[in-house]
Amino acid sequence: MARIELRKLRHAYAARPASEADYALRRVDHTFEDGGAYALLGPSGCGKTTLLNIISGLIRPSDGAILFDGVDVTDLPTEARNIAQVFQFPVVYDTMSVYDNLAFPLRNRGVPAEMVDRRVREVVAMLGLEERAARRAQGLTSDEKQKISLGRGLVRADVNAILFDEPLTVIDPHLKWALRSQLKEMHRRLGHTMVYVTHDQTEALTFADTVVVMYEGEIVQIGTPEELFERPRHTFVGYFIGSPGMNLLPTVVEGTMARLGSQAIGLPGRLKNPPAGRLELGIRPEFVRLGREGMPVKIDKVEDVGPKKIIRASLEGQSIVVVVDEDLEVPAEPRVTFDPAHLNLYADSWRVELEAWP
Amino acid sequence: MLELHDVSKIVSGRTHIGNVSLRLEPGSLNVLLGPTLAGKTTLMRLMAGLDQPTSGAVAMNGKDQAGVPVQKRSVAMVYQQFINYPSMTVYENIASPLRVAGADRATVDRKVRAAAELLRLTPYLDRLPLELSGGQQQRTALARAVVKEARLVLLDEPLANLDYKLREEMRAELPRVFAESGAIFVYATTEPAEALLLGGNTATLSEGRVTQFGPTIEVFRNPVELVTAKTFSDPPLNTIELVKRGSRFVLEGTPGIPVPARLAGIPDAPYTIGFRAHHLSLEDKGAGVPIEARVVVTEVTGSESFVHVDYAGRRWVMLEEGIHRFELGEMLRLFIDTRHLLVFDAAGTSVFAVRMAA
Repeated sequence: MARIELRKLRHAYAARPASEADYALRRVDHTFEDGGAYALLGPSGCGKTTLLNIISGLIRPSDGAILFDGVDVTDLPTEARNIAQVFQFPVVYDTMSVYDNLAFPLRNRGVPAEMVDRRVREVVAMLGLEERAARRAQGLTSDEKQKISLGRGLVRADVNAILFDEPLTVIDPHLKWALRSQLKEMHRRLGHTMVYVTHDQTEALTFADTVVVMYEGEIVQIGTPEELFERPRHTFVGYFIGSPGMNLLPTVVEGTMARLGSQAIGLPGRLKNPPAGRLELGIRPEFVRLGREGMPVKIDKVEDVGPKKIIRASLEGQSIVVVVDEDLEVPAEPRVTFDPAHLNLYADSWRVELEAWP
Repeated sequence: MLELHDVSKIVSGRTHIGNVSLRLEPGSLNVLLGPTLAGKTTLMRLMAGLDQPTSGAVAMNGKDQAGVPVQKRSVAMVYQQFINYPSMTVYENIASPLRVAGADRATVDRKVRAAAELLRLTPYLDRLPLELSGGQQQRTALARAVVKEARLVLLDEPLANLDYKLREEMRAELPRVFAESGAIFVYATTEPAEALLLGGNTATLSEGRVTQFGPTIEVFRNPVELVTAKTFSDPPLNTIELVKRGSRFVLEGTPGIPVPARLAGIPDAPYTIGFRAHHLSLEDKGAGVPIEARVVVTEVTGSESFVHVDYAGRRWVMLEEGIHRFELGEMLRLFIDTRHLLVFDAAGTSVFAVRMAA
């Protein structure tokens, strides 16, 4: 297990990058602490896979360095980095038994037989593959094969890190639940440094202690699931985390109040400096209360999605989304209030820190 | 209208589709929901005429389609893998079915522009597909299906390869596209949440059989069979087998739960009780029955927490708003909301359905 430092990384796929736009990865300075569970989350093209490939050694960065426990590995090939990888599609030897598939990475490195047996049995038990252990991998379902791939990633105790590239994409929803919690359990028990790349916010937020959100080649926020949900640093995080994403309402700040058309909303704190740039109020659909009090809204659409209702409405001519419980009755003259503890202010898309009122 | 009369497909002695009867109305959206290998793609191929049923009939507007080649049927298909012509512009990609049909230039232009507008592709008409994002590429494939003005449009997990957020946006847009075209849409997915967001009608599939068909929210709330309830639950349905003795559902070694008043009339017998994750909670939301369960793992997304618990050897999931972290092994007092209990007899049929039929 290792601490992984990324120092001033930049990467361009083109030979002679002319401008910022040519960089798939613009500038990344970050440290993955030893034993941490991290997710790299972002839309396709955000640079998350490029970053993972730099860590694994598949790509040499155009600029910057990568260190494992303080040792520069920038020029080391993948084989020399002592990492395990799990990919989107299963990598399994069909002619070998499940047991032998799992034992392979250990035997390959000359681990003593009794140690191999102990580790393999442990992984087999954790993944619930006991009944399959002696069977040949051929003929297993793709779900089961992907379980074996996960197991092969987890079987070695001495790796510097385990890297996962969208490992649950091909898995059916029901099994995802089981595998996700197994993976979390394994991390808790084995304590490996794990980096998990995904575009699926549920996977990222439930797996990782720390989520790194990437957008257009840069890290826009690093935080716990709570921080990303409650205090998105950038409007992109507000949009990308949460489903539906955060409401963003253009506003004008006057003293202690934020104006929305004819409505005025009390800010939860004071601006340190006079506001500059384009200002927006950010409030998540979950933190808008719909009832008989507050600002009048016009309801455009109510979507009953089972456990919840998604209500699309307009407030002072701006679209707003509200999420309410399945049992809530929509009042005849609906009004909304914003939970002040969950109100965020953005200037040119970046969150503005507010000072507590004196 | 597309009608399937008792359609079966048997391949080398194995039933891939068994006795499916469906009526799909023009202008309707119909979701086929089921896990991998449930028969969704097979059923679509039978609807399209790409395969012939072993028995039963497929009729379009009252006309049996047996022997009508697929080229002569008014069908469009969109697959998980976006298929576009890489060397043709978006405009030419969308135009291609019209050119094949020999439409004049003015008609081609009018229809391509209308479809592009509907799918928000107008700014990209001169680009090549590979210069577009995955979502835009899939929208191009959809526009080509729309421009064909086919009576039947089949979409086989069309959003599976897209980013989470793009999927969310496409799901919100698609019902509008469907409603405006007037065709019969059939949409296959493995994800219950996707069916709920799309709305329309849903047919749940299990092992080649349509277990229920009706308005999506109806099928979700009132599953007639246990297998339907399981197929249509994500997180997985919480279940427990209990025996009704008078006014209580009992289980050896547990206090059991009282039989809700509306079920007082059902006979004393073994039942499977099911309830969804959001109907298990930390507080009594109404008609709550308290139980003691042991924490197995907690997953926090920032807005919600999924708490996996063990109750008498059953693995359940509780979905709770907000952030709740519990220690492994901690005992929790939880409430099952009995207003939303699903109760199935030994044959796996809902007692509500039995009572309604009686």
